[in-house]
Amino acid sequence: MGYIADIGSYFLMIRKVFSSFTKKSVLRELIFKEIDDLIIGSLGIVAFISFFVGGVIALQTALNLNNPLIPKSLIGFATRQSIILEFAPTFMSIIMAGKVGSFITSSLGSMRVTEQIDALEVMGINSLNYLVFPKIVALMLYPLLIALAMFLGIMGGYMAGVYGGFASSTDFIQGLQDDFVPFHLAYAFIKTIVFAFILATVPSWQGYYMQGGALEVGKASTKSFVWTSVLIILSNYIITQMLLSS
Amino acid sequence: MIKVENVHKSFGNEEILKGISTTFEKGKTNLIIGQSGSGKTVLLKCLIGLFKPEKGNIYFDKKAIQNMDDEEQRDLREEIGMLFQGGALFDSMNIEENVMFPIRMFTKQKKSEMRDKVNSVLKRVNLENVNKKFPSEISGGMQKRVSIARAIVNNPKYLFCDEPNSGLDPRTATVIDNLIQEITHEYDITTVVVTHDMNSVMEIGESINFLKNGKLIWHGDKDEIFKTDNKDVTDFVYSSDLFRKIRDVQNKES
Repeated sequence: MGYIADIGSYFLMIRKVFSSFTKKSVLRELIFKEIDDLIIGSLGIVAFISFFVGGVIALQTALNLNNPLIPKSLIGFATRQSIILEFAPTFMSIIMAGKVGSFITSSLGSMRVTEQIDALEVMGINSLNYLVFPKIVALMLYPLLIALAMFLGIMGGYMAGVYGGFASSTDFIQGLQDDFVPFHLAYAFIKTIVFAFILATVPSWQGYYMQGGALEVGKASTKSFVWTSVLIILSNYIITQMLLSS
Repeated sequence: MIKVENVHKSFGNEEILKGISTTFEKGKTNLIIGQSGSGKTVLLKCLIGLFKPEKGNIYFDKKAIQNMDDEEQRDLREEIGMLFQGGALFDSMNIEENVMFPIRMFTKQKKSEMRDKVNSVLKRVNLENVNKKFPSEISGGMQKRVSIARAIVNNPKYLFCDEPNSGLDPRTATVIDNLIQEITHEYDITTVVVTHDMNSVMEIGESINFLKNGKLIWHGDKDEIFKTDNKDVTDFVYSSDLFRKIRDVQNKES
């Protein structure tokens, strides 16, 4: 029964986020600030993880290629497929649920505890629009972050595969081009948009409606990570079933 | 003037406000006092619209907030200034931005005009040269004063204060109390202060509402509160050793 009430409260929050809009000039500033906090502030960790995970995927593939009949270009092929289809959009989003999601929940939770959200409401401001809408807009740039993750992941794979002596540059690039399906990129970015919406709204819901003190802010951040990850994994399954299984 | 008529508010099965009726007068500091858990803050949150009473009416200058549509409620909220217990200043903004916030949200003034207004209210609350500091860089008392400045920057008709001197030393608490009273008289606004501090009652108690277990059990002013024979009120007033000693001295003198 509690879960149904939570789901209802989440959708009511979404409706309120898109009503009673804050003054445009203020909203513009807030959106730029959120882009800085959520997107620009995540560039470093995304670049680092993508590059090295791409490298590890190439290494693992190369180390498991024992049959001389299998072409070395498979290293590039496997790296591309793993990174574009799953690693960059899905697993990077789960990492972001920890970084961006926890940040959103704890900042809104702290604002709730210190009555800053009440202050907005008393002033007649729709606090959900003021606080959550800019995060949703900022995270609509999340596909750019994922595009960077794809590029750097493949670069990491190239470095590990070619400079590690497992494949020639020609073989690796050949593998990257083999059986390339452009729709796979579209599929990856469609799900990235869905994940971005989940990343902006689920942690916001956890933070905005939390009750209690500092301890509860910590608990809410943990819950936010768990629920954001669960929803990303579930929606990943559903989107994959819908877009790739036919 | 704010009129409260038979207001009831419950959380789950627990009834917190049990039919409160009172009037908060214009140009006076109206206090809501009582022990912790008596329903003071819940009543305040009903007044400012953060809680919706299940029963009863609240009138702001004869306009019932229950009958207001969303736009009317928004207009009313622009006429309200609120001083929260912890100040509730926005951490991400500096002092100038905090005080400027209500003007930026609701008016179309030039930045220079807004800055002048901010400087004048900061001066009014005796704060200068703090514009570029962040809330975490100033003391609790200064935060309260910034919060008062933010509350009055849009010339509100109603000012609400939730335990304005909690966490402050007695001297700073007196400064804040006096500031609230001065602003109330100067701007001729309706001020409602929730407190359980007897020093505040003595300083600014022009109209006092005493709550116990969600009911209004006594109403009067700061002179009458020391003369009442209502046992609940006297137990509250003389729970402090200082006030008991003052009473004993007065009794001896008389």
